[in-house]
Amino acid sequence: MTVQMEADKVLDCTGLLCPIPVIKTSQAIKEVEVGEILHMIATDPGAPPDMEAWSRQTGHELVDNTEEDGKYLFWFKRTR
Amino acid sequence: MTSAAQEAGTNVSTLESPGAEAIPEPKKFAMVASKGGLDEVYPILIMGSTAAALGWDVRVFCTFYGLDLVNKKRQKKLKVSAVGNAASPPPINGLEIKVPTIIGMLPGMNSVATWMLKNWMKSSNIPTFEELYDTCIESGVQFYACATTLGVMNVDMDDIVEGASCLGATAFLDFASEADVALFV
Repeated sequence: MTVQMEADKVLDCTGLLCPIPVIKTSQAIKEVEVGEILHMIATDPGAPPDMEAWSRQTGHELVDNTEEDGKYLFWFKRTR
Repeated sequence: MTSAAQEAGTNVSTLESPGAEAIPEPKKFAMVASKGGLDEVYPILIMGSTAAALGWDVRVFCTFYGLDLVNKKRQKKLKVSAVGNAASPPPINGLEIKVPTIIGMLPGMNSVATWMLKNWMKSSNIPTFEELYDTCIESGVQFYACATTLGVMNVDMDDIVEGASCLGATAFLDFASEADVALFV
């Protein structure tokens, strides 16, 4: 079951490979307020471990993630 | 006892920074760029721009042929060598293509290899060298021109891109000695 989470901003990185999804996510997280949710969509097969690592390194919380029709969906909460 | 410990804890955090956690110092990433092939500098730009996106302090020491990375006259003309790489060409769409080494020695083959790499990057939506380099600069990656290489290759600081400063090995090692990650490329 996938709960479609409310997002304050959506970032579509479909078709983009490393390092672009990470760079774009780092830029986009600054465009939401602290506590708000950024929804990121990627197709890069490296995205799941990369985005988990991004969350650990930057401290922005990975609230939820799932895979749907070959797309990786992530929801990040800006923490600082 | 619990409340006393909690109280002590509260006091400590109040002393340090009221209401907010202290911002941790960014991780340090030291890279030495020693090669000037387009395929050899791509990993530096990808690693550098990614680390900068994580908020790390990234510094790249450009030495020997790696100096071309910050040389205004040569930076935009980096090429892929058609010889000396036993893994080249890689399979294209799963097809193994055999190219005799002697073909790579023909005039113009470096340009062909360069064109092929740029094409693969484009079809995979990977940014160009210029785009990745600009991303590095915009996200604060610091490039240094090796002082000795400038002398050996007779390159003037006027030929070095803006923002890159001249540095010696000792000064760079000073930074690298405290780096969390250090790579030689």
